[in-house]
Amino acid sequence: MNLLMMAEPEKRLIPSSGMRGPVPVLIGIMTFVMVVVAAAGLALANTATIVKNGVENRYSIQIADGEAKAPAAVAAARALPEAVRVEQVPPEALRRTLERWLGPAAAEADVPLPAIIDLDLKPSADASAVAKRIERAVPGARFMAHRSSLAPLLDALRGLTLLAFGLVLLIALASAAAVVLAARGALDTHRSTIEVMHGIGATDDQVARLFLRQIAVDALLGGIAGAAIAGLILAAILGGASFATSLAGSPPLGWGDATILALMPVAIALLATLVARVALMRALHERL
Amino acid sequence: MAGSIVEFDRVGLRYGTGAEVLRDLDFRLSEGGFYFLTGPSGAGKTSLLKLLYLAQRPTRGRMSLFGDELSHAARETLPDYRRRIGVVFQDFRLIRHLSAFDNVALPLRIAGLEEAAVEGPVREMLAWVGLADRASARPPTLSGGEQQRLAIARAVIARPELVIADEPTGNVDAAMAQRILHLLTAMNRLGTTVIVATHDLGLIAATPGAQLIRLENGVLVDPTGALKHPPGTPPRASEARP
Repeated sequence: MNLLMMAEPEKRLIPSSGMRGPVPVLIGIMTFVMVVVAAAGLALANTATIVKNGVENRYSIQIADGEAKAPAAVAAARALPEAVRVEQVPPEALRRTLERWLGPAAAEADVPLPAIIDLDLKPSADASAVAKRIERAVPGARFMAHRSSLAPLLDALRGLTLLAFGLVLLIALASAAAVVLAARGALDTHRSTIEVMHGIGATDDQVARLFLRQIAVDALLGGIAGAAIAGLILAAILGGASFATSLAGSPPLGWGDATILALMPVAIALLATLVARVALMRALHERL
Repeated sequence: MAGSIVEFDRVGLRYGTGAEVLRDLDFRLSEGGFYFLTGPSGAGKTSLLKLLYLAQRPTRGRMSLFGDELSHAARETLPDYRRRIGVVFQDFRLIRHLSAFDNVALPLRIAGLEEAAVEGPVREMLAWVGLADRASARPPTLSGGEQQRLAIARAVIARPELVIADEPTGNVDAAMAQRILHLLTAMNRLGTTVIVATHDLGLIAATPGAQLIRLENGVLVDPTGALKHPPGTPPRASEARP
């Protein structure tokens, strides 16, 4: 890119023309935080997708008078052409669940147990029509979509994902603001050289180019350093997180996500260069 | 017949909301002329030079350079005009961290010349101003006279049509002043229009054929009318009216 290519004499014109000092470190820290927050956001988004997909077509039939009506309900469910899987939850499993609330009393025979039948439907199935048919076949049966009971969890996951991406945006804006200040500072530092160059006939583009290359290099180096540290930490956390993988059925971050995270330093460098160019051109335009 | 390279038509200049530092400047300078700009301190010489090398715009009136009206020219067009002007600043304005070679090469590089085309002319120019053996020296290590000659070399390296020098002999001894004047007259002989702001009457006296622009309190004092009607240019239509 011609904008960033500089001959050796041009480099000599503005020694250390970029931000140097604390700004590359600041960009490194910003990138570190961005990558970590973006990784969290992507993991949350993936988790929400996995949860949503897992329960998308899953329903339950609940019958208060379990023992009497369960066989009829199972038969009615199996007769549905939309049914993919029909499975009654064993009464022992229900009692174990109840033990969490009732303690040993849950094992007593006189505690009435409902029957619960898990039912997976084809994605194209009309759930409300299925519900009507089940309720007609087994009066008193309740047909429930799992997704409606998980809706608050999914909403929370979506909210956290949006929050994470919002934070990434805010950090990017803060980085851009730091670059603007640094670019203006660099112009002030080299004011006399710029005045001479303008006086000799240099265009704003020629002057800005002297600074942009160094700013891009500094931002890229700071960004790569920050992303590398974030990557190591994430790898350490996720590498040992077979627990999370076993829970979700797949790793919380895939290769696509890793690619997005790896490209963040490049995105930061591009953003810094673009913002610096706008800031430099505006600052130069204030002079004749 | 020489045309006008500079044309001022009732030009005024003020900084901010202050009083006008230049008022009703009305003159023309011929291409290839040699002009001295004189006047007491505070008369407005530096302000007039700033207008001429396009570091300031007039706040009123019309100013033309190279035949083009530039009072309200778009900012983006000014670099092209500035490349046709060489300026020797009173304080030299050399870039301290660059070598003498790089300082002189700067106008050529800004003009977009390839490096291969820069080396020869810069060496030649450094030799012309007597600094061939100081090519790699940085300005702070040069004497005042050497810096002055370096500034002149930078001003003329791109063969500008107009050279403007602000007190070019202000910091040097008489012998060096003569040498600098010789450089400027040599440029003038090659066809470059030269404008020199100076208090040095000896310098003016040593330059036969040069014309004088005298400023006092921001007003042009030109009793002979020589600047208003430089040799070879007819009066403007507006002046021909009764």
